[in-house]
Order: sequence, then structure tokens, then C-alpha cells
Amino acid sequence: MGHIQLKQVKKSFGDVTVIPPLDLEINDGEFVVFVGPSGCGKSTLLRLIAGLEDTTAGNIEIDGKDATGLPPAKRGLAMVFQSYALYPHMSVRKNIAFPMKMAGMPKEEQDKRIAAAAKALNLTDYLDRRPGQLSGGQRQRVAIGRAIVREPAAFLFDEPLSNLDAALRVGMRMEISELHTKLATTMIYVTHDQVEAMTMADKIVVLQAGVIEQVGSPLELYRAPRNKFVAGFIGSPKMNLIEGAEAAKHNAHTIGIRPEHIDVSTTEGLWQGTVGVAEHLGSDTFMHIHGVPGCDPLTVRAGGEVGVKHGDTVWLTPNLTHLHKFDAQGLRIE
Amino acid sequence: MATQQSRSAARFMLAPAVILLLGWMLVPLIMTLWFSFRNYLPLRGGDLGWAGFDNYVRFIGSSSFWPSVQTTLIIVGGVLVITIVLGIILALLLDQPMWGQGIVRILVIAPFFVMPTVSALVWKNMFMDPVNGLFAHIWKFFGATPVEWLSQASMQSLIMIVSWQWLPFATLILLTAVQSLDSEQLEAAEMDGAPFHSRFIYMILPHLARAITIVVLIQTIFLLSIFAEIFVTTGGAFGTRTLSYLIFQRVLESQNIGLGSAGGVYAIILANIVAIFLMRIVGKNLD
Amino acid sequence: MARAVTNNRKALNTAIAWTIGLLIFFPILWTILTSFKTEAQAISDPPVFLFFDWTLENYSVVQERSNYMRFLWNSVVIAGGSTILGLIIAVPAAWSMAFVPSKRTKDILLWMLSTKMLPAVGVLYPIYLIFIKMGILDTRTGLVIVMMLINLPIIVWMLYTYFREIPGEILEASRMDGASLKEEIIYILTPMAVPGIASTMLLNFILAWNEAFWTLNLTAAKAAPLTAFIASYSSPEGLFYAKLSAASTMAIAPILILGWFSQKQLVRGLTFGAVK
Repeated sequence: MGHIQLKQVKKSFGDVTVIPPLDLEINDGEFVVFVGPSGCGKSTLLRLIAGLEDTTAGNIEIDGKDATGLPPAKRGLAMVFQSYALYPHMSVRKNIAFPMKMAGMPKEEQDKRIAAAAKALNLTDYLDRRPGQLSGGQRQRVAIGRAIVREPAAFLFDEPLSNLDAALRVGMRMEISELHTKLATTMIYVTHDQVEAMTMADKIVVLQAGVIEQVGSPLELYRAPRNKFVAGFIGSPKMNLIEGAEAAKHNAHTIGIRPEHIDVSTTEGLWQGTVGVAEHLGSDTFMHIHGVPGCDPLTVRAGGEVGVKHGDTVWLTPNLTHLHKFDAQGLRIE
Repeated sequence: MATQQSRSAARFMLAPAVILLLGWMLVPLIMTLWFSFRNYLPLRGGDLGWAGFDNYVRFIGSSSFWPSVQTTLIIVGGVLVITIVLGIILALLLDQPMWGQGIVRILVIAPFFVMPTVSALVWKNMFMDPVNGLFAHIWKFFGATPVEWLSQASMQSLIMIVSWQWLPFATLILLTAVQSLDSEQLEAAEMDGAPFHSRFIYMILPHLARAITIVVLIQTIFLLSIFAEIFVTTGGAFGTRTLSYLIFQRVLESQNIGLGSAGGVYAIILANIVAIFLMRIVGKNLD
Repeated sequence: MARAVTNNRKALNTAIAWTIGLLIFFPILWTILTSFKTEAQAISDPPVFLFFDWTLENYSVVQERSNYMRFLWNSVVIAGGSTILGLIIAVPAAWSMAFVPSKRTKDILLWMLSTKMLPAVGVLYPIYLIFIKMGILDTRTGLVIVMMLINLPIIVWMLYTYFREIPGEILEASRMDGASLKEEIIYILTPMAVPGIASTMLLNFILAWNEAFWTLNLTAAKAAPLTAFIASYSSPEGLFYAKLSAASTMAIAPILILGWFSQKQLVRGLTFGAVK
């Protein structure tokens, strides 16, 4: 079980309101990602759910029961912290056993669960080491191990991968996703990295300044961003936002077109521009095009190798079925 | 970053320490204030009623008052200057590469562990005694007349003894600070042609500011209430009577509690002036 | 900022540093040496440095005459008891200030420290009266309480600086893991802060051991610790240098040895965590 519902939850620090009243429902077994730029309140929201912060107003319900006033220990949630927060003076075994010890679980049951978690997380050989003797990835796994042995109603992850190097991060991302598939427990995951959000989430919650900008599946957000902020935040490279005369042609204040939805030609097209920087990744080429009115530079993504170089003139044609239109307030026009 | 629950737990757990210290501060303070307005002579009839401001007037009017304030400030100031100057020199020296650094450190730190009564007695008898003291032997060896340290140069002697006790503390704190100085910065300055004295003034000294603040704060706290060293060496004679010692004499030797208490109130005021001054600096320097 | 230098330079440094080190240590060394001399040799002219008839006689005389062990035991009980009692009160207070800081935390800390500036002599008589009323004058209990109170601000301050170095996330993790506040402090905070707690205990043990105002003024025969033991030698009998030296050595030896063994932690403690 792991159904979490936030009702008009508000958080202020003194006079500063970081989260204006918001509603959110997280269903049992869902993998929900809170994503947004730093300072958007996503970590605060997670800490409110964890019980590490008080709500200023509103209610948090876990599995239909009001948990607003409960201390963290009584909420039945487990959390994996950004710094892993392992207990440095305990062995890996003791770290993983700690929540069970606190719960007063019988020793045999503890040992059984430790063995199972260690096996699942490849930690069997490291059980008697101290956290200080482990690599970043291993520490991360210990933190996860400590969380899963409790069989919590939900897992909370607070930017768990941001201290790992790029290669490890991709691996851990998959491990966490697999874990979710296996356990089918609710997971709430906070990140500022939209790639993590897109690849892992069942449901993404985009936050900005404490306000939920949009909630939806990764593809919903990609296909139909509700406003300019979400449009710019989801997708890589970022969506091109074009203002002015070009937008007016489509009866919009701003039009948006993703780099992958623009065709490039050296002979003909709708817009003309000059190639600035071209990033050749092998599988793709990203080009920054200067000279298109209303958006400078405009980013274009082309599959494979494209034979253009700095200073070349190119013609661009947007794929109009993937055109996004926004009004003066930045809201999507259907 | 906390919940209501942890905040109230925090208040609850902070309370014993705060209440104890508040009681430790207020109860005797109020009693001292009360006594200072009484004519209280335990050996000559006990509490003889209200004295108004008599005790205050008498204490401040006594010929010993201002000299004792002066003595207090000279001792505190003198010891601070000596320990900080020598402490910086020693810290810079001990930071240099050498053989047996650990042992030198142990030698230098040792006086800090010696209890004040012992150090005062040892200095008084075995070094400063005009007949059998080691200094007397050295003076005689060079054909000079031995000095009667504790009467002829009482303040200097006292400051020396106390400085010897506190030099290790200053040295160690300053050494810790010197060791954290970025050697690349210093090397860069050396490459730029900065001579030692300007490197010292513009780089080393500012880096030590925080450490010096700590030394001043902690030492002042302890030096203001210095007692055993005077008690054992001069007993307050020969111009070494600090304000604390003067009050001690009024209370214990003359058994005039009222007068002593009025003196105590003055001492508390003096300490508060110093405290406010110090806490300002420290509050700014510590974060 | 140490760096490579020539051996000549190093030799010079070594010579200067050792000379100064020995000079600073000399009074202690001289006291220890004198304690092994006969009274006659102790005041011989010129003084003898190493070549004298070593004797342990002074130590047995001092022990016999003033019952050293009783004073030692009083010192141990007063210094140890006040340190432990102080720690029990200070750990929760330091936890509060380090992990749940408020706008007033810094003011409270500075205020606590400022109570140490209150001149002891100004409140001597009231404390004396209170002690008589409570029947704890010249008892170890009374001195344990006073020593605890005068050192409490330093204990709190030191623990606070050590606790602040412990990441709050680890304590939050223990809360998520179901630990109560008590369990959090016992199983997580205290073990992590062991080095800091050790140096705090050490410094306060030394401060309490050497404290010489309250111990001299609030004790008589029964609860007098080593500070009073040694002060009894300030009378003219003190002119027996060898015995004075033996008594002094016996009074400072325990703390000197303790201090030397633990000087690393002590240096860290002395800086109150404010200097790194």
C-alpha cells in the first residue's frame, strides 16, 4: 500500500511562502518524479511528505489516514538522501539493520532480510565494511538497502544520483527502475534532471516556485506541455520558442517547435539561417542556427551526420503537426 | 529545518542547561546585591540593618579601589600581549620543518597542565626566592645582587608566572591556525617579491585574526578571575592586589560582607563592560 | 604551510625550537629533579643539576604527612564527577543548538559564555551561605556541582561546535528509520561525536582539576582536592624545597601524563572548533 494524498498543503518559512496551497494525489505503486529547477520547492515537498518538515496548512494522507501531525518514524516511509546519510560508525550490515532494530524486529527476521537485500543489491561481500570504505555507487546501494528492508509504504528519493559520476548515474537509474518494477511500491523521486524524470517516471510533477505547473506521464508532458515553462523544461535539447511575426501567423503569442521536429535543407525551406556552432555527436547533430527572426539561436537536431559546417547557409522547415502554440500568458493554445 | 515536534524537543532539552546557569547567575547575584545594601559583619554582630549606598561609597572611596582596578587591567592586558606576541612567534617557529616536532610540542604544552597553585609555589620558592632561588644563583654567578622578585618587581613577576601558564594555550591555538594557512598563497606572494614582514602583515596576521580573537576571549575570562597565583605568591601585597583579590580580602579577611558585596557588584559591572565589549567582537568573528 | 627546506635550515630550526621548548619546560623539569634530592642538595650553592644522590625519601614523607591519596581521590571525584554531570546536561543542550538552531541560539551561547566572566569572588559569600544551608560545604558533592556549573558553558560550547560538523541528514535518516529522539542521540549522534566528546571531557577534567578558587574556599579538611593539598605548602614549611617539589610533582603528574597522551584531541578541543 502506498497511496499518498496532499490536500491544500502549504509551507512557509517565516514570512516566505515556499509552497502555496497545492493538491496532489499519488497512487499506490506509482513512480512519481518531482522535477524543477533548484529552489522550486521539490525537496521541501518531499520533506513535508516524509515528516521532516511541518506543513503550515493543509493535510497529508497516507493510505487514507491523516498523517499530517505524525513524526517521520510513524509514517511508514523510507527515504534515500542525496548524501546517502549512512551511519559512518556502523558496518554496512548494521546500517541496513538499523531501521529493523528500531522497529524491534526479531534477530532471525533481520538477518533474513539483510541477506536478501544484500543479494539483490550486490552487497553480500561488503556487509562487514564501513561506509567510508565503499565507493559512491556502493554507498548508494547501502542507502537503498536500508530503505527496502523495512518494506515501507513508499520510498522517497531526494536527488539520490547527483553525487555520482555520469556513467554510474545511468547504471543506478536503471537499477532503481528495475527495483520499482520488482517491488511495485510507490516511489517518489526528486530531481532537477529532466532526463532522469523522463526515463524513470510513471508520472512527472513539474514544479516551479512551489507551484505545480503540470502533472502527467512523460510523453504527455513531451507532447502537450501545458505552458511555456514546461515546454522549455522537458525535452533535450530545449524546445525553440519563437515570438513575433512568425508566431502571429499561427494566431499565437509564442510558438514552440522542438529541435527534432525541424527539417534541415541546404537548398530550400521556410526559414533561412546561418550555422553557428554544430555539435556532432555521431548519432545526432545539433546545430545552432542564427538569423531566424524571433529566436536566436534556433536549435535543430538532425539524425546522423550532416554535412554542414560553421557559416553555411541552411533552410529550415518546421513540422507543423508538432507545433506548440502559447498565448501571451504563456499558456498552451489547442 | 525542523518540525514543531523537534523544536519543542529542542526547547525541552536546552532548558536544564539554561535554567541551571540562570540560577547560578541570578541567585548569588541577587544575594550579593542585597548584602551590598546591608551592614553585614558576621563576626561583629551579624546583620546590622540597612546601609543604603554607604558600602558603595566606602568601597569606591577607599584608597585601594582604583589601584586594584588598574592592577587587574595591567595583569590581564600584560599577559594577553605577552602570550599573543610570543605565541605568534612560537607558532611560526613550530610550524617550520624540524626534527622531533612532536616532542617540542609536548614540552611547550606542559605548563598548561600545571595547576596554578603549584606553578605559583614553584616559581615563588624555587626560582624567585632571593636566597635559594635559581634566579638568585644566576644573578650571583654574574656578580649581581639577587633581586627580591616578589616585592621589588612584584607585578612583572606575577605577569611572568601567569604568562608562562597561558603561553601554551595561545601557542597551540595560533599554531593550529598557522598550519591551516595556504602555503601556495604564501609562495605566490614570495614569487611576487613580497618580503617577510609584508607577507606577515598582509597575509599571516589577517589569517590569524580569528584565532587571536579566541585567545583573547578565553584568556580574558580566566585572567579576570585569577586568584591562586596571587593568593600563593604575594597575598595581594606589593601592589598586586587585583579587584577580585581586594574583594576577597574584604569578605574573608575583614569579614565585612556588606562592603565586600558592594565591591563584588563593582567587579560584576567591570566584568560586564569587558564582556559586552568582547562578545561584540567574538559574535562578529564567529560564524 | 610547512615546506621543504635544506637540512641546514632544518637543523637551525630544530636547535632554536628545542632550546625554547626546554626553556618553557624547565620549571617543571627542575621541580621533578628537585623532588629526588635531599633537602640539603635542594638548596646547595651552586645548584646541582643531575649529579646528586637520588632519593625517594621526600615522596614517602609527603604521603605520610599529608595523606596524598585522600586529596588525589577528592580531585578525581570532583573533576570526574563534574565532567560527567556536565556532559549529561550539555549533550541535549548542544544537540538543540546545533540541529534545531533558532534566531536566539547564538545569543544563548554567548550569554552562557558570559556567565563565566562573572567574578567568582563577587558571589563567594552567597554561595558559601547557600552551601551551609544545604549542608554541602566541604563535601565533594558541593564541589562537583560548582565545578559542573562553572564549566558547563565551555562544555556546551565545545560540544556545539563538534555537533555542528555532523551532517543533519544523517540524523534525519535515523528519524526516518524509526529512531526516537533518545535513540537518535544514543545510537547515532553520540557515537559519531566520540572524538569531540572525548576532547571536551578531557579539557574539562583538566580545568576542574586545576581550578583553585572554589576548591580552596569551599573546602576544609574533608573534601579538599590537590589544589588545597599544595596550597598547604605555601606556609613557611614550603621552604623545604625537596618536599615541596615532591608534593608538586604528585599534584601535577596525573594530569600531565593524561594531557600528554591525549594532546592531539586536546588541541582540537582547545580551539573550540573555531580555528581549523
